[in-house]
Amino acid sequence: MDSLISIKDLIFEYDNGETVTRAIDGISLEIERGSFVAVLGHNGSGKSTLARLLNGILTPTSGTILVDGIDTSDEDRIMDVRRCVGMVFQNPDNQIVANVVEDDVAFGPENLGIEPKEIRQRVDEALEAVGMTEYAEHAPHLLSGGQKQRVAIAGVIAMRPRCIVLDEPTAMLDPVGREDVVNTITALNKRYGITVILITHHMNETIGADRLIVMAGGKVVEDGAPREVFTHVENMRRFGLTVPETTALLYELKNAGIDLPLDALSVEECAESIYSELSK
Amino acid sequence: MLRDVTLGQYFPGDTIVHRLDPRTKLTLTLIYIVALFLAVDYFSYAVMIVVLAACIIISKIKLRVILRGVKPLLIVIIITGLLNLFYTKGEPILSFWIIKITVEGIKRAVFMILRIVMLIMGSFLLTYTTSPVALTDGLESLLSPLKKLRFPVHELAMMMSIALRFIPTLIEETDKIMSAQKARGANFETGNLFQRAKALLPLLIPLFISAFRRADELAVAMESRCYNGGEGRTKMKSLHMAPRDWIALFLGALLLAGMIVMNVYKI
Repeated sequence: MDSLISIKDLIFEYDNGETVTRAIDGISLEIERGSFVAVLGHNGSGKSTLARLLNGILTPTSGTILVDGIDTSDEDRIMDVRRCVGMVFQNPDNQIVANVVEDDVAFGPENLGIEPKEIRQRVDEALEAVGMTEYAEHAPHLLSGGQKQRVAIAGVIAMRPRCIVLDEPTAMLDPVGREDVVNTITALNKRYGITVILITHHMNETIGADRLIVMAGGKVVEDGAPREVFTHVENMRRFGLTVPETTALLYELKNAGIDLPLDALSVEECAESIYSELSK
Repeated sequence: MLRDVTLGQYFPGDTIVHRLDPRTKLTLTLIYIVALFLAVDYFSYAVMIVVLAACIIISKIKLRVILRGVKPLLIVIIITGLLNLFYTKGEPILSFWIIKITVEGIKRAVFMILRIVMLIMGSFLLTYTTSPVALTDGLESLLSPLKKLRFPVHELAMMMSIALRFIPTLIEETDKIMSAQKARGANFETGNLFQRAKALLPLLIPLFISAFRRADELAVAMESRCYNGGEGRTKMKSLHMAPRDWIALFLGALLLAGMIVMNVYKI
């Protein structure tokens, strides 16, 4: 397995002088190149802390994180780490720097010292990739939340990172904006092969991922394909997380004595499996 | 309500004045101000008026709009005029009680008022025809020689442009907090000055806290995008001096030279 990010025995503690809070408590993970990984967890599960550790905003208390072979604690190479792992944050307003959409997308490449001509090309491509080309010359504060978040994503992909980490990018959006952003992320992963790590607490955004990691209390408690992870209904509920309604239905049926496989994620699959059971 | 506040005073347009490079416009404004202070007699003032009028006509900005900028300073202008009128020594043409009005006084007062009004109009023309972003870029580029003296030119320009970026966001937020406080019975509209200022407190505190939180998040986001100060940074849109900029600068230099000659030889 070719991993882009490898995390080993990671521990992170917040120290405010009086109390020490352990946010990440011994995580080891390998993130495969080109994969779409969703990280699901409740507030305080340590998922946002994990995101900040991945591009060196925070550095591990102990353990190591290697990003494309570079240790994130290596201060001399921090820019290489950030070039490799782009970050999109929760609040779209607070990550847009410039007064015009295309200038904001250009901000990252400008920091990297890229030739103006090449920046122009990258900006156009990035805006195209998130479907915001027609808004290139708009003022960001006039866009909707979903559009702003897509601009933020464009700003990251214009730097040509290998991996994008999105820290609850849909938390402040309305349902339409949310769907927009998730579709954009999925398309980036499929079309351009960018590794995506999507951190969220919306269960249904994780269904399209290749791999689902569930975090609770700073630990990884589930790790596998979403289809498989969601069948562990009791475990998920123990950590205060819901499972897709289809899985919940099949689970109740199973409890009632009808033995069905639990791994149906779409309504059609679920109907199919109930139908085949009934026609036995 | 707050959303209607226009930002800066930029009036978008597509005239030659609008299209000039911001550096050209900044330099020309400076030349214009210097020339204005060099003007001493009727002829040189006439020249300055013609130049200003020509610029206003070309920029297609309405005179009424430009004069609006003069209004808040009316009192200062009137006081300056009166002081010059009463305190200039010379041939008295009118005198009663302790007040003496002289010919020189009238002349000086008129010139002084003209100078201030034209100064304001000229600088307003700059901000009316140049977007704040272009103005910031222009300033950064013009001041860049100061970098050698360790003057933080890039940082200042970055601060200015971030401030411009966040003004609408903060206005929107102020609006939101105001509505929230009104819903809880806050009263921003009545009472005397002191009461109203006090009513603003529950508005300003949340606004400040949120501004600091935003600043913190923005800093993390900028760092994540490899921002490391101005060193080694490139720009996608570099400013570009077109032939029209050089022509405009040449005309500006001509004006300045003419004014100096007229000032020295008192033509």
